[in-house]
Parts: sequence; structure tokens; C-alpha cells
Amino acid sequence: MSTSSPTTRPDIAIETTGLVKVFGANRAVDGIDLRVPTGTVYGVLGPNGAGKTTAVKMLATLLRPDGGSARVFGKDVVKDADAVRSLVSLTGQYASVDEDLTGTENLILLARLLGHSKAGSRSRAAQLLEAFGLTEAAGKQVKNYSGGMRRRIDIAASILNTPDLLFLDEPTTGLDPRSRNQVWDIVRAVVAQGTTVLLTTQYLDEADQLASRIAVIDHGKVIAEGTKGELKASVGSGSVHLRLREAEQRAEAERILTDAMNAVVQLDADPVALTATVDGQGTDRGAAEQAARALAALARADITVDSFALGQPSLDEVFLALTDKKGATA
Amino acid sequence: MSAPATAQQDQKDDLLLAAPKVDELAALLVAKDRPPRPSALSASLTFGWRAMLKIKHVPEQLFDVTAFPIMMVLMYAYLFGGALAGSVSEYVQFLLPGVLVMSIVMITMYTGVAINTDISKGVFDRFRTLPMWRPAPMVGYLLGDVIRYLIASVVILAVGLVIGYRPQGGVLGVLAGIALLLVFSFAFSWIWTMFGLLLRSEKSVMGVSMMVIFPLTFLSNVFVDPKTMPGWLQAFVNNSPVSHVASAVRELMAGNWPGADIGWSLGWAAFLLLVFGAATMRLYNRK
Repeated sequence: MSTSSPTTRPDIAIETTGLVKVFGANRAVDGIDLRVPTGTVYGVLGPNGAGKTTAVKMLATLLRPDGGSARVFGKDVVKDADAVRSLVSLTGQYASVDEDLTGTENLILLARLLGHSKAGSRSRAAQLLEAFGLTEAAGKQVKNYSGGMRRRIDIAASILNTPDLLFLDEPTTGLDPRSRNQVWDIVRAVVAQGTTVLLTTQYLDEADQLASRIAVIDHGKVIAEGTKGELKASVGSGSVHLRLREAEQRAEAERILTDAMNAVVQLDADPVALTATVDGQGTDRGAAEQAARALAALARADITVDSFALGQPSLDEVFLALTDKKGATA
Repeated sequence: MSAPATAQQDQKDDLLLAAPKVDELAALLVAKDRPPRPSALSASLTFGWRAMLKIKHVPEQLFDVTAFPIMMVLMYAYLFGGALAGSVSEYVQFLLPGVLVMSIVMITMYTGVAINTDISKGVFDRFRTLPMWRPAPMVGYLLGDVIRYLIASVVILAVGLVIGYRPQGGVLGVLAGIALLLVFSFAFSWIWTMFGLLLRSEKSVMGVSMMVIFPLTFLSNVFVDPKTMPGWLQAFVNNSPVSHVASAVRELMAGNWPGADIGWSLGWAAFLLLVFGAATMRLYNRK
């Protein structure tokens, strides 16, 4: 039985090369290369149907790849599937527990299947239910659980044995903000103990909150990969939001901003507002300095600026920029 | 419950829900040692325990192993009894072991439906990612089902005794008959585990099951001696596994030792287990 201690663990938790899965005419996963460093949260971000779940299912040995290869801690997911299974846990998009059984029964069942003794299974189940704040619901059938409770029992079931790698497939889809924050706390606690987490999500703020590296997937392909900072920098270092006093001055402001900041200027729906994307590239000046120069130029032209804000691009902007780019070239 | 009401309920539940205790959780995660994986038998029995829990939580699923067999016995005994054997009490001596076999073989098809339902929910994926003996979930389903078949057998025998069935083989003969039937049904059920994995919806599993079950059980010697049937039908009926099992069970319960039919029944069981067990595991691993 493989009990890998943290010291002997490989540095790379997941490595895929040209991973492909085809369903009929649909190339659900179309050549994905990933390298997930051990001990981190790696975010896989993409819209519905991008291929995230299919990729996770292949990595968790539930689906056979049609092409390419994937290794989990150096073990091939096809040839060495059994060894991979002893290192990973999967929390699927839908609660992967038995809805007819109670919370306690589900955890005991799975603990027994992992080889725990009867007494050991019972105590581990009780401890996990307590830690997840589910003690009161322990004797209720899971089909009577709320969405937040289901997610918790599902994650609890995944850490009956502390896994080396935990797959969380859209763990907060459909949860209210409070439950979502609680799931995030749980994920942070799991990672703090050395478990690597592969998190798929369609929520950009979730990836922003939890993940250290992110791969953006669309139509079965990785369209961008890097740290959060790298991804944000790749679409420019920020944007400047301006509100003018007079709507008729907006056209002139647009011209000045374009010249002074070398920026792409968008006119907002509000007739006095406009947004300039600060490129940060093609000039040796920082975004803030550029913005200051632009403000000075607007003042010289007698344009009254009521409010001004310089923001980092959100991952939303990154995501939209990336998927737009792809749409334009396709 | 309507959708908005459910959402409201959700919200209420979540507000009452205690926050997760992150410190306790961290303490639980520190232990990285893993117990050795369970033996094949232990994993299968654990899945059998799951089937028992399901009966406990959803007792109405026992309807098909209680009400359905009672109906089968009464219906056929009173429908055919007078015409075929002169009286119900006389016909039931011939009919009861056959109806027992027919009912149990019919009940086996619920296995496929249960597996198909599990697949459509997420829990099946969880089982498939566990590092354990691969056929354990399937064997577990069937172990649970054997208990269901046992309940149905007891119910049918009880009804039979009430309406005049008197097995000459005594307790031992009856037990031997039931044991043979359970062994055969366990093997036969692998047909349904295969279809449960192969077909897309519960409905299609039901449909295919009916197509297999009805000809197989009715075209047998359960109701009448095949001697009056046309030759081509006799050829089928005399060689059908259900006929062999029905003859073996009938003779065992009557106090005889039908060696050939027992042999055929066990041979069929081994064949079904090998062929459909292998097909099931292939589908299970490739799904």
C-alpha cells in the first residue's frame, strides 16, 4: 500500500501532455498540457462545456483518454490507475454520496471501503461531521440536506483519508455567498495541510480567491496559463475609469486619453463616463504615472473630471479578453 | 415542493447550519497514514450492508418481493388450477416451485434498474475512484439482492402452504431448493448488471429486461408439462435454464434428487456468471 510521505513526493502533482477526449464529433478535451505543482491550488477556469469536468474525470481514472498522457505524482492514469486511485479523491459537480443514506452512514460506508476498521470508521465519521458543522444533520438522509450541507458532506467524504491530490469540480456552483465562503475556508484548510487541489470553476473570483496558478480552458483547449498576476498582466496592467462633469466634453476627453496614454478607450453607457485600458506595454512608464499624465492633460484642456479610479484588471476582464480574442481568430 | 419553497428551505437550513470548524478539520487532516485496503470479501460485504441500509430507509422497495410474488401465486393457482389439474390444491403441488423460480428470476431485473439509477447520480463515480477490488460494488448489489430473493421465497412458500402446497421433501428439501435457486439467481443477475451499465436510462433497462424475462420465464415448464407443446417449442423449453432450475427445485422440494437438472442449473449459473460477469466488469472499467 503506497503511503507517500510529503518528503518523497514529486514536485509535480499532475502532468498532462496532449490530453484528448472525444465524444462522437465533439472534441471535449482537445490537447491539454498541464503542470500542476505539488502543494498548491491550481484553478481550471472555463465556461460551461469547456471540457473541465471531462479533463478531471480522466485525471481521476473515471474516463480513459483518447490521446495524450496524464500522470498523477508520476503514475500513469491508465497503466497505473490503481496507484493513482489511492492518492486522489474526487468531489464531483453533483454530490457524490448516496442520497438515501444518512450523513453518518455515507461516511462509515466509504471509510470501510478505504479499509478502516468498524470502530475507526465510526469515530472518523463523527469527527469529520463535527469539524464540518454537520453533527446535527448526521442522522438525516442526505436527500434532505440543503445545497451547502451536501457540498460539505461531499468534501468530508473526500478527505476520509487525507488525499495527496483532491479534485474539486465546481465546488460552489449554486451555493449562496455564505456557504461559498465556508467551502473556501475548508479548501484553504485542506491545502494548508499539504494536499494539492485541482479546482475547476466558472467563477473568476473563486479562482482569484483560492488558486495560485490558473489555466483558462475554452473549447477543450488551454487558452492561457500562469499565475494570477501573469494572467492579469497579459491583458494590460489596469484600467482607468473616469466620470466627467459635462457629457459634451467626452469626445475630446477620449481623443486626449488615446494620445496621452496610448490606451484603448471605451465609452460607457453612462454619457459622462469612459474607461481607458492602460496598456503598460510599448512605454516605460508605469500605469499610475501614465494615468497622472492623462489627468494633467485633461486639466490643461479644461475638462472637468468628477471622479477618477485606477484599477487592476479583474479576472473577469482577463477572461472576457481571452475568450474574445479566441472568438475573433476562430 | 415548489422550487421557490425549496430555495427558502435551503436558506433556512444554511442559516441554522454551524460554520465548519477549520481548526478541528486541520487536526483531522494531519494524519496521513492510510489503512491497508480491504479484502475483496470485506469490500463486497460493505456494499451488501449498503443495500441493507437502503431497504431500511426505503422499505417500499420490498413491495416487489412481497406483494408481487403473492399476486403471482394466487393468480396462477386459481386461474389455471381447476382447468389444468382438476383442483387448486392439486395444481399447486406442481405450480408452486415453478412460480417460485419464475418470480425470483423476474425480480432479478430490478438489479439493473438500481445500478442504472446509481450511475445517473454522482455516487457511482465516487465508488469508481476508490482503490479497492473492482467488482466489489457489483457483488455488493447482488449480495443485497440475494436477501431480497430470500424474502420473496419465504413469502411465496408461506402463501403456498396456506393454499395447500405440501412439499414431500420436508424442510431439507425446501432449503436445498431455495439454495439452488439463490445461486442461480445470483449468477443470472449479472445479465442485469451488464444492461444497467450499458443502457442509458432506467426506462430502457426496464424495456430490455421485459424483452428477456417474459419469453424466458413463460416459455418453460413452470405452468405445464411441455409434452403437449409443438416440437420446436419443446426444443427450446426443455433446454431453457429456467426449465432446468424449475425442475430441479420442484424435485428437490418433492424429496427427490434430480442430479441432471441440478447439474444443468449450476452449469448455466457458471456460464452466466463467466460471460456476463466479465462483460459487466469490462463495461464498469471502461465506462
